[in-house]
Amino acid sequence: MSHIPGVEVAPATTTIDPYVDEVLDVHSPAHPTEGDVTIQNYTINFGPQHPAAHGVLRLVLELDGEIIERVDPHIGLLHRGTEKLIEYKTYAQALPYFDRLDYCSPMCMEHSFVLAVEKLLDIEVPLRAQYLRVFFAELTRISNHMLNLGSHVMDVGAMTPNLWLFEIREDCLNFFERASGARMHHNYMRPGGVHQDVPLKLLTDIADWLDTRLPRLFEDAISLVADNRIFKQRNVDIATVSRDDAIAWGFSGPMIRAAGIPWDLRKQQPYDVYARMDFEVPVGTRGDCYDRFMVRVEEVRQSARIMKQCLAEMPEGPIASDDRKVVPPKRSEMKRSMEALIHHFKLYTEGYHVPAGEVYVATESPKGEFGVFLVSDGTNKPYRCKIRPTAFSHLQAADFMSRGHMLADTTAILGAMDIVFGECDR
Amino acid sequence: MRAPAPAYAAAGNTIEVATRAIGAGLVHAVELVGEVQLHVHRDALVPAMIALRDTPGLEYQQLMEIAGVDYPQRAERFDVVYNLLSMTRNHRVQIHVATDEEHPIPSVTGIWPVAGWLEREVYDLYGVLFEGNKDLRRILTDYGFRGHPLRKDFPMTGYTELRYSEEEKRVVYQPVQLAQDFRTFDFLSPWEGAEYILPGDEKAKPAPGAASTPPAALPQDKGAQTPATADQVQKADAAGSAKQEPKASSEPYAKTTAESTADTGKGSAESDATPKPADPDVIPTAGKGQNQ
Repeated sequence: MSHIPGVEVAPATTTIDPYVDEVLDVHSPAHPTEGDVTIQNYTINFGPQHPAAHGVLRLVLELDGEIIERVDPHIGLLHRGTEKLIEYKTYAQALPYFDRLDYCSPMCMEHSFVLAVEKLLDIEVPLRAQYLRVFFAELTRISNHMLNLGSHVMDVGAMTPNLWLFEIREDCLNFFERASGARMHHNYMRPGGVHQDVPLKLLTDIADWLDTRLPRLFEDAISLVADNRIFKQRNVDIATVSRDDAIAWGFSGPMIRAAGIPWDLRKQQPYDVYARMDFEVPVGTRGDCYDRFMVRVEEVRQSARIMKQCLAEMPEGPIASDDRKVVPPKRSEMKRSMEALIHHFKLYTEGYHVPAGEVYVATESPKGEFGVFLVSDGTNKPYRCKIRPTAFSHLQAADFMSRGHMLADTTAILGAMDIVFGECDR
Repeated sequence: MRAPAPAYAAAGNTIEVATRAIGAGLVHAVELVGEVQLHVHRDALVPAMIALRDTPGLEYQQLMEIAGVDYPQRAERFDVVYNLLSMTRNHRVQIHVATDEEHPIPSVTGIWPVAGWLEREVYDLYGVLFEGNKDLRRILTDYGFRGHPLRKDFPMTGYTELRYSEEEKRVVYQPVQLAQDFRTFDFLSPWEGAEYILPGDEKAKPAPGAASTPPAALPQDKGAQTPATADQVQKADAAGSAKQEPKASSEPYAKTTAESTADTGKGSAESDATPKPADPDVIPTAGKGQNQ
């Protein structure tokens, strides 16, 4: 039925079914429209298996010809019950679930959780650990934006930039692997600091990469699309969102900045050492898909700037708190100290106890405000861990953003939203 | 606050302004762990939210999220927590509303359209009803799912599982069959925090001079089990942090003094010890382990 692969089309009713006749009120032979050619709205399914749906998104689209009249996103197809599982795990065991939320920017997911636990525990974090966290959070931002910018331009028809941007993402994943041992699910940030220190060679390699390879590849790839006529035709003035709408619909991150509101939690509510960093917050002027794209492009450059500052200023020192009831001892200490052995055993079986309280901690993840509402009852397991995904509010707005646009604009709108279903469905 | 959590503006007189703006609908307001909590009666929720958004000095423009929390032991078992953000004042606030399975909470979709999905999620996972939400369908769980999975009395393994049936050539639902029992361990040490009452001493009254509510014992280290709340820990810490000195060593287990071999674990050299014969198969290394 359809010319678009992957899009299933329910045929317009041929009114053979008496029930449909009744619903459409054409049961009367004297119906005035009988005999006329009636154009019916199409209802089509976009997804759940569609390359431009960025995961398992099912959009029920109501179309008038090719114009979108209504969008009903059906989500939850990747719901894994993360919040329920976390209630049955200790705080240390809950941390790896955060890598699996937004699997495109795992470290930024961990960041919110460790900050929430630290806020309840009220522990100090050594300066080097704070620098390392900021450093890798920004590297995560770059790798996330590489994926999003690349897939966005591919959704609207360009192939080459995606391949070049994936080169950069591959570099980022290699750096993550050298720091944490895992390419994607790092489990690197821990309450009290980070898991382990990074080798000096890794830092110098990243510094070289920031100076040479990243700008060359990135600026090359962006120069192909940023001023491209086709790319602009597909994105400029598509799904414009006003400032008031952006606030009312709970937008955050690049989505709200593209609407012209300079709101960045790294600037407004600095955590870790972001207060020491010197960077700029890009904002859009029109609030359309092109602005969202360009805001992310500039964020990549600013992230590289922050990373260079981290490299210049990062002090030597411990990489985790010396609170022995929270941070497990290193293997070498366990060989020498009975106390360390006991702490190791207790921390990996019972875990640490977090005093009772309720906090909402939100950080600026690459996609927007990623928050954790953590309720502790003083035991070793979270009583409730509500995850505030960025995609939830953005995807909800897809209805009013796509209304009146063409079917083909759906992919541009979705691409500019930067949605990942691991995080949206939890 | 010692933790490097996001730093936003101090609460200041938020509680006073909110108390005046909300009026009788406010049950109570507290500031805990640096976060303002306003407990609002559910019938007064919508006017309270409008007041919080529009009153100068409050100006909470954005609804960031709605979280449900289940306390089965309470009469009104659910807490619905609204997290608001003020961009002009750079401040966050939590609005707590209590309800049970039957009494609906008025919807705030008229104030913030983003509440539509957030309320659907709380309805889906907890079964809290929202009056005035025009689209209160399930959102995260499966089509045709029964029950509300984040309630504390819903088992973590659920009731049904689905698999592809080769015989029927379709996905079938069936009751959960666990290959092994679901294991949870009770790690709460029974010898901590227990009240030991001697037999025959049950009716003993506390001494007249004793304070009615003794201050909760603070943990000896952060992360140890404590009856103190996070707020008490933080306040005690803020009071005492000025005179607390940073620990000297980054290695908490490092011994600073080693007087005997029992401290170091090093054996003593025997007087007649001779060098061991060299084994030609063993390549001598610096002793840093085989991974070096």
